[in-house]
Amino acid sequence: MWATPARLQAKGVIGMNRRNIRYIGRYNDRRLYPLVDDKLQTKLLAKRHGITTPDLIGTVSTQFDVKHVVEMVKDAPGFVIKPAKGSGGKGILVVERQQDGGYVKPSGARIERVDLERHVSNILSGLYSLGGTPDVAVIESLIAFDEVFAAYTYEGVPDIRVIIFRGYPVMAMMRLSTAASDGKANLHQGAVGVGLDITTGAALRGVQFNRPREDHPDTGHGLASLYVPGWDALLHLAASCYEMTGLGYLGTDMVLDRHHGPMLLELNARPGLAIQMANGEGLRRRLDLIEKQAETRSVEARVAFAQRHFAREGELASSA
Amino acid sequence: MSRVPFYLLVGALLVIGIILTIFRHFHYDVPFMPGEQRQIWEVEAQVNFDAENGPVRVDLALPSNQPGFRLLTENTASSGFGLSYLRDDKARHAQWAIRQANGPQQLYYSAQLLVTDGEEEFLAEPPALQRDIGWERPYDTAAREVIGQAHERSADAFTFTRELIKVFTDQRQGENARLLLSQYERPVLLTRLLNQADVHARIVNGLRLEDGRRRQSLTPWLQVFENEKWVLINPRTGDQGKPDDLLLWERNGNAVLEVQGGSDSRVSFSMLRHNEPASVAVRNQFADDTLLNFSIHSLPIEEQALFKTILLIPIGALVVVLLRVLVGLETSGTFMPVLIALAFIQTTLVTGLVGFLLVVAVGLVIRSYLSRLNLLLVARVSAVIITVIAIISLFSVMAYRFGLNAGLTITFFPMIILSWTIERMSILWEEEGPREVLKQGFGSLLTAVLAYLAMNNPWVRHITFNFLGVQLILMAMILLLGNYTGYRLLELRRFQPLAKDD
Repeated sequence: MWATPARLQAKGVIGMNRRNIRYIGRYNDRRLYPLVDDKLQTKLLAKRHGITTPDLIGTVSTQFDVKHVVEMVKDAPGFVIKPAKGSGGKGILVVERQQDGGYVKPSGARIERVDLERHVSNILSGLYSLGGTPDVAVIESLIAFDEVFAAYTYEGVPDIRVIIFRGYPVMAMMRLSTAASDGKANLHQGAVGVGLDITTGAALRGVQFNRPREDHPDTGHGLASLYVPGWDALLHLAASCYEMTGLGYLGTDMVLDRHHGPMLLELNARPGLAIQMANGEGLRRRLDLIEKQAETRSVEARVAFAQRHFAREGELASSA
Repeated sequence: MSRVPFYLLVGALLVIGIILTIFRHFHYDVPFMPGEQRQIWEVEAQVNFDAENGPVRVDLALPSNQPGFRLLTENTASSGFGLSYLRDDKARHAQWAIRQANGPQQLYYSAQLLVTDGEEEFLAEPPALQRDIGWERPYDTAAREVIGQAHERSADAFTFTRELIKVFTDQRQGENARLLLSQYERPVLLTRLLNQADVHARIVNGLRLEDGRRRQSLTPWLQVFENEKWVLINPRTGDQGKPDDLLLWERNGNAVLEVQGGSDSRVSFSMLRHNEPASVAVRNQFADDTLLNFSIHSLPIEEQALFKTILLIPIGALVVVLLRVLVGLETSGTFMPVLIALAFIQTTLVTGLVGFLLVVAVGLVIRSYLSRLNLLLVARVSAVIITVIAIISLFSVMAYRFGLNAGLTITFFPMIILSWTIERMSILWEEEGPREVLKQGFGSLLTAVLAYLAMNNPWVRHITFNFLGVQLILMAMILLLGNYTGYRLLELRRFQPLAKDD
C-alpha cells in the first residue's frame, strides 16, 4: 500500500515538490509561460516555426461575437472549442458532426445552438482560465485521427505526451480515453496510460487507475500491438518545441492526423508525473543524464541521443 | 544559483525570532504557558484633608518598580485638581494643585501591581549622617548608655540595630529605654540613636498587603546601611529582611504626604488582590517606549483583539503549507480552509462543520439550477453570493426559532469565499464528477479542521499574541518548507507500484 521514500528514491521516482523546485523552477523561465498557457499564442508561434497544429477556424474574444460562432463553424464538419488559457483539459468542447441545426458530441449526445453559445460565453468570462481572467475561445477543426488507433480508444482522440527536457525527449506515453474517463484523456479520471519506448514508439506497459493493464477496457484490444507509426518524425516535432519556446522542462501533447501526420495539440510548462506510472519507471535517471550533457546539440542529435540511451524492452505479453 | 543567501536569510530570521522571544520572556516576564496565573494587587490611596479656602498643593509619594512588585497601571481621581507626575532623582510623586478650595477634600490614587519573583536588589544610596543630633538632658546620658550597651553585644551595623531594638522591646525595659520612649517615637528614636552611633540609617514607609483590607496606613521601617549593603529591619520586632507582602511605598526617606493650604491631612490605603491569567497581566503592563518593546500590547484593547486573530493566520498558513507540501492534500482554493477555520473559531467546531456542510450542500443544489439559466460568470457568482446570504439568514432564523442559539453564529462565515467555493465545486462536479468534489471537499474540510485545532489551541493563541518573534520563526519554517524537494506523504502511495521489484 505504501512505499518507503528510500525505495522510491532508489527507483528514481520524482515527486511533485522536486518537479516544482528542481525542474520547473530552474528550467522554465516564468516570462515564457504565456507562450504555452495561451493556446492561441502557442498556435501562432508553432505556425511561425513550421510546426503543424490543427487548423484554426476562428477565435471569439468578445461576448458580442458569441452569436457569430454558428456562422464560423457552418462549413466545418467537426470542430473543437477550447479556452485559450484553459488548463488540464477543462472547457474543451468537441463536436463530431452537425446534424439538423444541432451538434453531436463524440458520445452521441446532442447539444443545441444555445448550449454552444453558452459554452463560448463561459469561456470568455474566464470560467476555465487560470485565476478566472477573461479569456478567448479558440475554434479548431476536428482532427481526423489516424485509424491505427481506432481499436485503442473510446470516443476521444488518443494523444501522445512526450516530456522534453532541455530539448531531449526523455519519456513518452499515449493516453487512451475510456468509458470510465468519459472520453477524456486524463489518467486520474480513468484513461489508460501506455508507456512508449523512446527508441521505437512501441507500447511498453499500460496502466489504468494505477493498476497494470494489458488491454483496452472498452474495446478489449491488447495493448502489446500498439505502436506509433512515424515515431521519429513525431519525436523531432516534439524536440523542436524546445527551440520554439525556450522552456527547459516541457510537456508536449501531440496527435497523429490521418492526413497531416504528427500535429502539436498543446504545450504544458507544468507536465504531470503520471507518465512515470505509465512507463513503470522514474524520470530521475534520464533527467540526470541529460543534465550532464554540456554541449549544445541539434534537434536530430538530441533525438538520436535519447533513442540511443533510453531504449527499453516492453513488458506486455504479446497477444497479437 | 547559490542557496547560501537563502539559508542566511532563514538563519537570520530564526536567530532574530528566537532572540526576540527569549527577550520578551525574560525581560518582560511573559510566561511561555498561558495557564499561569499572576497575582495582581490593586492598591488605592485615599488622601483626606480640609482645605482652608485658598490655593492647595498636595504632594503624594508614589511607589515605583521594586523587587517583588512591578507597577502595571496607575490612575487618579481628583475633581477640579490639576495633576502632574513628578520624578526627581529616584523618587516619584504625584502633585495635585488647585487655586481655590474649601472644606473636606478627597483625592484618590490607585495602582495595579504585578507580583514578580524578582530577586535582584535595588540599589540605594545611603543617606548622609545627621551630625548635629542634639539631646536634651537627661536624654543624652540615657542615649549614650543604650548605645554603649548595644555596641558591646554586636559586631556590625545590622546586629547593632537588632540589639538596639531589643533594648526597647524587652519585657523588662530598662529605665533608660522607658525614658527615651516617653520623649520620642520609636522609629525616629532608633534612627537618631543609629546616626549617633555613626550608622547610616533612615526611615522608609511600607505597606503590608493583605487581601481586602481597608483604611490601612503605612508602617515605618528602618533601612540600615553598611559597606554598600543595606538591610530592612522591622523597628518593632528587630526582624531583618523585607517580608514578601511588604510594598515599599516611599523608600527615600522623604515625606509620604505633604499638603500646603490644608489641614488635618492623612492618607489611608485599601487593597485588593486578584489572580489573573498571565496574559492579562502582561497586557496591562506599561509599554515602555523602547524599540525592543515594539509590541502590539501598546495598542488600544480593541485593536489588540483584532491582532489576536490576525496573528493566528500565519499558523493557519503553516498548516496549509504542511498539508500541501508534506502530505499532498488537495483543497478547493489554497487558503480557503484558513478562512473557514477562522469562522470555526467563532462558531465552535461542530456548529461550524454542520453549518458549512448545510450551506455548501444547499448552495450546490441552487447553483445547479443557476447553471441552466445560461448566465455570465460574474452575474452567476453574484447570484450565488445572494443565495448564500439567503441560506445563512434562513438558517439563523430557523435555529433561533428552534432555540438553537449556536445556529446564529453561522453568520460568521465568509460569504464571498463560500460562494466561490460553491461555484468551484459545482464546476468540478460538472467536469470531473462527484468523486473529485468529495475528494477536494474532504481535503478542504480536513485542512480547515486541522487549521482550526492549531489556531484555537490556547497555547498557540498565547504564544502568537505575546511573542511577535514567533512570527519570524514561522516565516523561517515556511521558507524552509518551500525548499523541500522530497516526496509528499500521499505520493508514497501513489507511486507505490513503481517501488516494486521487476
